[in-house]
Amino acid sequence: MSTPSDSYPRPALEIASLVRSGTMSARHVVEQCFARISEYEDDIHAFNTLVKDAALHDAERVDRLVADGVDAGALAGVPIAIKDNMCTRGIETTCSSRILQGWLPPYDATVVKRVREAGAIIVGKTNLDEFAMGSSTENSAFGPTKNPWDPSRVPGGSSGGSAAAVASGMTPLALGSDTGGSIRQPAALCGVVGIKPTYGLVSRYGLVAFASSLDQIGPFANTVADAATCLQIIAGHDEADSTSIDKTPPHYADAASKGVVGLRIGVIEDFLSDANPGCVDAVRRGAEALASFGANVDDVSIPELMDGLDAYYLIAPAEASSNLARYDGVRYGLRVPASDVSSMNNATRSAGFGQEVKRRIMLGTYALSAGYYDAYYGQAQRIRTLVARAFSRAYERFDVLLGPTTPSPAFGIGAKISDPLEMYLSDLFTIPSNLAGHPAMSVPFALSDEGLPVGVQVLANALGEVDMLRVGAALESAAAPGVRGPIEPRKSTGAVR
Amino acid sequence: MAHVALLARLELTDDELDRFCVQLSVILDHAGALQNRDLSDVPPTSHALEMSNVFREDVVRPSIDRQEVLGVAPESENGRFKVPSILGDAP
Repeated sequence: MSTPSDSYPRPALEIASLVRSGTMSARHVVEQCFARISEYEDDIHAFNTLVKDAALHDAERVDRLVADGVDAGALAGVPIAIKDNMCTRGIETTCSSRILQGWLPPYDATVVKRVREAGAIIVGKTNLDEFAMGSSTENSAFGPTKNPWDPSRVPGGSSGGSAAAVASGMTPLALGSDTGGSIRQPAALCGVVGIKPTYGLVSRYGLVAFASSLDQIGPFANTVADAATCLQIIAGHDEADSTSIDKTPPHYADAASKGVVGLRIGVIEDFLSDANPGCVDAVRRGAEALASFGANVDDVSIPELMDGLDAYYLIAPAEASSNLARYDGVRYGLRVPASDVSSMNNATRSAGFGQEVKRRIMLGTYALSAGYYDAYYGQAQRIRTLVARAFSRAYERFDVLLGPTTPSPAFGIGAKISDPLEMYLSDLFTIPSNLAGHPAMSVPFALSDEGLPVGVQVLANALGEVDMLRVGAALESAAAPGVRGPIEPRKSTGAVR
Repeated sequence: MAHVALLARLELTDDELDRFCVQLSVILDHAGALQNRDLSDVPPTSHALEMSNVFREDVVRPSIDRQEVLGVAPESENGRFKVPSILGDAP
């Protein structure tokens, strides 16, 4: 029986405080973390790669800093999981694709460097839909990740491994990437907090590109405070990313204590009409709670947002088809030998990419091809303008917008995999923020009739993270008991313990 | 569809071609509503941030080690990436 002072999992901020004060060693935390991973990883499959030896080594470095009286960082000794589409020097980075299997990046992504410098301990690389294309983590070349709440269901995606690792208490923090909802949707389905920051707030250097005008890295955590602390570490200008915003980020950790008195919050009606009753109910109750805390809550209709999905599923594949041209068997990853270069390129790409990636490359190539460019890609870019304008109008009246993160709680493994359009619809409410480049977060708020977590999404204007976090923290304080992770995962049916 | 596959440098099986034909039609039909809207007065957005060219001083600094980069390539020779012949038969 572990004493309260020696329990794991626990919030990142608690771990950092214990490690910084020398009360607990980082090595001990990492050992507890890997004990938890051994307990649940076989059932959940959150990770593609685990790096226990490197993690213990890094932990000892943190412990030496503490012993020497040196500041070990805001995340000292905190285990963190990194989505396997971010480069980690010398640690295999696959994007859950055969085409990159075995690749050891020669450099660290900026976010990886920053969390390390803050004292966090990287314990492994998490599973994802291949190249982040998907909403269920079923499109991984290395097998699906299971939802810790119910192993017969998906964890969402594409950052399903990161969400599942945090929900099951294997790590208190994880990084994911969000192109159309890939942080917020799995966060909602796994009952954890997930933040997609403003486009340009967090450096994309070392993030394997999917759709460059939409991709953004953000944190997963079990508490808003932990997520805000992690965001603080990874946010900020990086000259290695030309789209990085050259401004000093504000202080995010204070946001929670500011409350929501006087904040103008708009509930997006258009989202409610396309969500299932449990998700609608969560948003309504969330709005009531915020009003009771002193916010001014009103409904708002923004019908233009509903056109975002169609625009997204032309823009993202178009950008992807161009970005994924680099996988040609020349500089890294898989090569299928052939007698000449173009046969080698074709054979390598055909053997290395999975079905969803091929489908999106085909869709994107078609949308960009001569004769169709204006009708598809051009038209989608104009819709993107309309989505951004509609948000601007709404943000004249409101500081923050509220809606469901997803149309439904976690769906069954296999339920949508053969119907791409049905799968794409699970991103309906998350996509508009990517198109506009705005921040948004999912906060676990309610339990569905089946006992599954339901997330409420908080959307804000560009660089509106502080107001977004204020609302997120208020929702967290009013959330249903039992929805907040980490949970003791349900083992697969038939598994003997 | 076969032409698009050629442009995308993918060799698809007949099975894949058939499946993608059906699936892409469904997705493009769903997007069809967008096609018929007159948006000629709406400018396209290619990027979320209003940002023009970003410049910085051109300073020489250490880069990633060449051997480390070539070490993870499928094939290299004399400090370069190696590929099969591009023009005609290999010598």
